[in-house]
Amino acid sequence: MADQIKKENAEEKPRIGVFVCDCGSNIAGHLDCESVAEYASTLPGVVFTKENLYTCSESGIAEIQQSIKEHHLTRVVVASCSPRTHQPLFAGSCAQAGLNPYLFEMVNIRDQCSWVHMGQRENATEKAKNLVRMGVAKSVTLEPQKEIESSLIRKVLVIGGGMAGLSAADAFAAMGIEVILVEKSGALGGLLRKINRLANGEAAIDVISNLIEKVESRSNISVYTGSEVKSIGGYIGNFNMTVSTGDKNIEESAGCVVVATGALPWVPEGLYGYNGEGVITQIELEDRLKTGALNASQIVMIQCAGARTNNREFCSRICCMTAVKNALIIKEYKPDSEIHILYRDMQMYGTEKEKMLWDARGKGIRFHVFDKDKPPDVKNGKVHFFQPLLGETREIPCDLVVLSTPLLPNENARNLARTFRVPVDQNGFFLEAHAKLRPLDFAADGIFLCGSARYPATTAEARSQGIGVASRAAGILFKEKLVTSAIVAGIRDDTCVGCMICLNACPYQAISFNEISNVCEVNVILCKGCGNCAAACPSHSARLKGFMQKQVLAQIRAF
Amino acid sequence: MPNEFTPGIITYACNWCAYAAADLAGVSRFQYPAGMRIIRVMCSGRVNPNFILKAFQTGADGVMVAG
Repeated sequence: MADQIKKENAEEKPRIGVFVCDCGSNIAGHLDCESVAEYASTLPGVVFTKENLYTCSESGIAEIQQSIKEHHLTRVVVASCSPRTHQPLFAGSCAQAGLNPYLFEMVNIRDQCSWVHMGQRENATEKAKNLVRMGVAKSVTLEPQKEIESSLIRKVLVIGGGMAGLSAADAFAAMGIEVILVEKSGALGGLLRKINRLANGEAAIDVISNLIEKVESRSNISVYTGSEVKSIGGYIGNFNMTVSTGDKNIEESAGCVVVATGALPWVPEGLYGYNGEGVITQIELEDRLKTGALNASQIVMIQCAGARTNNREFCSRICCMTAVKNALIIKEYKPDSEIHILYRDMQMYGTEKEKMLWDARGKGIRFHVFDKDKPPDVKNGKVHFFQPLLGETREIPCDLVVLSTPLLPNENARNLARTFRVPVDQNGFFLEAHAKLRPLDFAADGIFLCGSARYPATTAEARSQGIGVASRAAGILFKEKLVTSAIVAGIRDDTCVGCMICLNACPYQAISFNEISNVCEVNVILCKGCGNCAAACPSHSARLKGFMQKQVLAQIRAF
Repeated sequence: MPNEFTPGIITYACNWCAYAAADLAGVSRFQYPAGMRIIRVMCSGRVNPNFILKAFQTGADGVMVAG
């Protein structure tokens, strides 16, 4: 039945319905929507026009759907806001009314007309008419399309067995999704293995051991330690990868991939006289606290050691909290020790960390600000620094200096980024699809990220990101099948001469050459619908659906 | 000033960047001459020379490919 409707939609002489939206006063306040609608009714093929106060409102949508049925519309054109935000709503509404959603066309007369030509009512009205004419002309050339369906493997690959990766693996397994957990080092646990206590006083090793135990006891998680992902192919729903486990290679497949490779503390060779004995890093301090090997009583901590400089511009974000946490722990078991924290800015965000800072001040831990351009000087058992508020240099005698160094991306993050074809930022951390709207996704479909691989994260943040990633990916993995947009390229096998120019033009490696038929073929799952192949093809055999030569030319001719 | 020349310009804008930028210009209420016509393409790489020549042939005074 549905197929029959689609067929009819395409074959009939187009019967076009045009809906002009006032968007309250957003459009109607700056151009004459009534005359635009009136003009639209004179265009060839247009059998119905309507001006709505808000076309996207429930009543506006109902009107579109009703007119499709009453007037047997075979094309719908909405002149309103941007297709980037509203095309899915309108096209979906057309589909509900039985019109193939790819026979819908949208004209932008708000963001790109009424809002940018304010106070030029006449010009804006003329332009809107022109844009509607172009949209209507394109709509005539549209063809019905069928959305692409593909199968998927309900299994996930998690790379990295630290707090984030373990949390993700555990959450996946709890939902009944099979997990392949690949950890590069010989043991699960990541950075938390090296940490003494968390900010809430819990022993880090207890926290991570509990989680490891849980993960290892799950029958649907296969753990590969001392292993690495060598290569990966495929696409969302159907990835296949080779995991090297030291002595042998294992072939695996998964529907989604989670990158949780974490970060490593920077070792500040040559900075502030770092020697691993009298001048150490916070992570080395954690070790001394854990083993009870700390015997210093006059301690100076220097924040931003090697961070927020010209070489490493970013703030590692968790070091202020780490320094205050460790200072409080030292004060707890050695109340008479003297601790000074030299800082540039204290990043103690949120309620708990802010409280820690006030507790630290209350317990006599001293905080001194220093200037980026006048960093402290460590020599002869003393730390000298310029106190900008007093305008003088001060010196603090000490028997231990602790440097708060930043977390750096895992050294093989860049290799992994190349293998997975995902981006990293200027500091080498993995880059998410959108900092605010898609913080756990990569732009590439089916690949996700969490924990310090993305940016230095606290234990709680790594855990919540790990759990978050599991829900993001499970949203895909629990689908019966994947349905993707039909706006993809296709290559006509009767006119393709197999020149393979499109193979180079395709940024997504979605085109391959068929050795048997000697033509190029598009993998529609990998295709992102950019149309580069269509522009490059000398025989016009490669075509982008919805943006075919005749469709764009129809728009130009109506200019 | 009657009959002042306002060029008609066809812009091919990439759906993911330039077209979004043109939307943002609207949201920010930037004002520009009304001679601009934006044709959305899924990537500026979709624009082949034919589209550009056709635009001039149809009477465009300028063509912009943005992406």
